[in-house]
Amino acid sequence: MKEFLEGAAAIARTVSVCRPAVIAAYPITPQTHIVEELSSLIANGKLKAEFINVESEHSAASCVLGASATGVRVYSSTSSQGLLLMTEVLFNAAGMRLPVVMCCVNRAVSAPINIWNDQQDIMVVRDAGIVLLFAETIQEACDLHIQAFKIAEDPNIMLPCIVNIDGFILSHGYEPVEIPQRELVDKFLPPYNPPYKLDVDNPLTFGPLVGPEWYLETRYAIQETLNNEVKQKIVEVADEFTKIFGRKAFGLYEEYKTDDAETIFVTLGSISGVVKEVVDELRKQNEKVGLLRIISYRPFPTEISKILLKAKRIIVLEKCISLGSKGPVFEDIVSCLYLDAYSNGNKLPFVNNYICGLGGRDVSKEEIIEAYKDKDVFKFIGVKKENLGSFI
Amino acid sequence: MFAKIILPPATALKNKTGSWRVKKRPKFLHQNCNGCRQCYLLCPEGCISGSKKEYNVDYDYCKGCGICADICPVKDIIMEEE
Repeated sequence: MKEFLEGAAAIARTVSVCRPAVIAAYPITPQTHIVEELSSLIANGKLKAEFINVESEHSAASCVLGASATGVRVYSSTSSQGLLLMTEVLFNAAGMRLPVVMCCVNRAVSAPINIWNDQQDIMVVRDAGIVLLFAETIQEACDLHIQAFKIAEDPNIMLPCIVNIDGFILSHGYEPVEIPQRELVDKFLPPYNPPYKLDVDNPLTFGPLVGPEWYLETRYAIQETLNNEVKQKIVEVADEFTKIFGRKAFGLYEEYKTDDAETIFVTLGSISGVVKEVVDELRKQNEKVGLLRIISYRPFPTEISKILLKAKRIIVLEKCISLGSKGPVFEDIVSCLYLDAYSNGNKLPFVNNYICGLGGRDVSKEEIIEAYKDKDVFKFIGVKKENLGSFI
Repeated sequence: MFAKIILPPATALKNKTGSWRVKKRPKFLHQNCNGCRQCYLLCPEGCISGSKKEYNVDYDYCKGCGICADICPVKDIIMEEE
């Protein structure tokens, strides 16, 4: 049954049917009400879990890391500055191979203080060895949460997984959502059964001190796991999800009208909805355009080079930037296209990088269409010249 | 794929940190000890053991930091040349 729900509430209710045992969060800005909703579900007896109220995001992440090491399913949620404070612990969770599942409500990073949506925060933990999934809609955000537990907790994977949702657009937006039934979730998501855990009868050391003779292999192992086991698992889990819940799960990426496209947009997250409309509009004007939406940003689906190399032009539209270089998604796309073309002798397409929507700036269809027609290599969409000048 | 770094407990015991000591090590004189246990409680390496007025240090793990000698209220621990 579909209900008209706010994103944060829908995600909280979806997480509650996944039966997490421990949830920890720090309830202050930039926290969203995902955990607020979860804490009231626990207080009202609708979810049997331990809710740990902590004094900072660093502690929230540490609590779920420790709880995960004892062999139970854990969950937390954060956003922008909170994620940055968690960063140290998240690298630990990946290195200790603990399947912490989290939601990151993507928002801008200070300064200046700005709590609106862009995807800069998550790029800080891009290199940590965490599975990063991006949702386009509230329904997909819910569906990805269920899949995230299954991917992260696979005994051959054991890595943290963060589901990314665009701040306000998805977290505070309302949409008709189907909260998956508990019976179906139980069928899809078995109880967490870790291959190793903290146990007083059989003590173990997690995250020990290792010298140069050991550290490199820990990174090699995470890299291999992400590029092999995780990629395969994301596809398998999406197929199984589609069968059990009857709703399409796309896996690593989604293609929209790319078959004969000469220009392909590449996006992450909710802006894909706007770009789909742009694609439809441009198609009416006989422009052959399509969209490729990346769902799994880490591991990066290098398979997409097969699709993108068929096009003449690629437009990477992203809500984040690696200041002093270009957009991080652009860099990933260019490197995977180059490597594929180099080894197979394909002709490289013209790749453009447009940065948009930083700090919650609205991105209109018209602005995207204008950028499509201007054919710049790199640009910020919607820069207001009157906002720039000397320092006062 | 995993790196085999989830280990059994107490593997740090294999690493004899006493070799880190330079120049000086604590010597327990056992003359004025009043059994306050400050040396035992504050040793960052946890390598001081004993009871009542008889405390001793395990030189296999003592890094020679000198906290025990510094804290001893009756100067019953001194730092001596190795």
